[in-house]
Amino acid sequence: MVSLSDRDRTLAAARAACARVVDPEIPTLSIADLGVLRDVRLGADGVIEVDITPTYSGCPAMRAIALDIEAAIEAAGLGRPRVSLVLTPAWTTDWITPAGREALRRAGIAPPTPGAGRRALFGADELVPCPRCGATDTEKLSEFGSTACKALWRCRACREPFDYFKCH
Amino acid sequence: MTTIAVAETPLTLGLLRLADTALVHSHRLSEWCGHAPMLEEDLALANIALDLLGQARALYTHAAAVEGAGRTEDDLAYRRDAPQFRNVLMAELPRGDFAFTILRGFLLAAHALPFWQATAGSRDATLAAIAAKAEKEAAYHVRHCGEWVIRLGDGTGESRRRMLEALDTLWPFTGELFEVDDADRAVIADGILPDPAVVRAPWDATIDRVFAEAGLDRPAEGWMQSGGRWGRHTEHLGHLLAVMQHLPRAYPDATW
Repeated sequence: MVSLSDRDRTLAAARAACARVVDPEIPTLSIADLGVLRDVRLGADGVIEVDITPTYSGCPAMRAIALDIEAAIEAAGLGRPRVSLVLTPAWTTDWITPAGREALRRAGIAPPTPGAGRRALFGADELVPCPRCGATDTEKLSEFGSTACKALWRCRACREPFDYFKCH
Repeated sequence: MTTIAVAETPLTLGLLRLADTALVHSHRLSEWCGHAPMLEEDLALANIALDLLGQARALYTHAAAVEGAGRTEDDLAYRRDAPQFRNVLMAELPRGDFAFTILRGFLLAAHALPFWQATAGSRDATLAAIAAKAEKEAAYHVRHCGEWVIRLGDGTGESRRRMLEALDTLWPFTGELFEVDDADRAVIADGILPDPAVVRAPWDATIDRVFAEAGLDRPAEGWMQSGGRWGRHTEHLGHLLAVMQHLPRAYPDATW
């Protein structure tokens, strides 16, 4: 019989372990700050259960993230967890925390512009400040970039190309 | 490796039609990897292929769960032969040139966007969740392909000639996107999939707007190709599956 406080301690340790897991593409960003980590529970059978949600349908990082969570929980001495992929509610860039947005900017990736995902189908591009120099004189090179969640932009002020985390 | 036959109910059939169209189109787009006219376009086509592959995986996983026969997404993708595939014919046509690829992407995405928007309100919670993601991805695909349709249609003599040729070939394949059979009617009545009639007006608006800017005349609604959604395919699908399914069929025990 596990007492309630033991369960609480186990759960706290599991949450701490999950909080240390980072996005394999953007190692300065934790999956918690990215909004991909949805829930950490202690199952009735004492097994840790973790829910994650994909940013994009085809995000190939989900498998790596699930493996990293398993490794982190096991390394914390908490056994092999059950990691599930949940689709509802659908992930949105609004779930990226302020710390996550700052981590993106420090990594040279412009964070998503809130509300920009709902713009007209064919209209003006959103205003994306350069993550390096902060200038707003920027232009889109391609809707698609190095990963499914990023677009390719260029700053006209500092002349540097940069990734833009697409708004969803 | 033995071929499987999925027990087709209106729901599993509806899911396979969506999943197969996404997977087969994704495969055609992936054939551009390393061959696109410029780096940005190589990335874009591979990204669109990846989005569609992700949608197909989620739809296959759901179809397998609904079927309840213990199958996986891989069984459905790799262990059915061409006559069991339910994709629309447009998706399986050979890669073609860049104009053909872009126009096909535009026609399918212009349909997918309002289709997924409507499906986000499905009474099937899993399908609604898949739709909520797919809708956002489709918006990028429409925008990207639409801008290229305009650039090529209203571009040089050569780009325009190729775009007109692609339009001639592809237009008779658009009718399949709006077909309704008894299986469709059953899932529409249950509030699981949207009535294609709901998708028609936004599709018309997108097509007309982009064609007007591209200087393309919308072809008349004449005779339309049909058959893919019942497993009657062009000769091209078998060749595509031979490439796509070769490894898991030759080495059924292989794991990544």
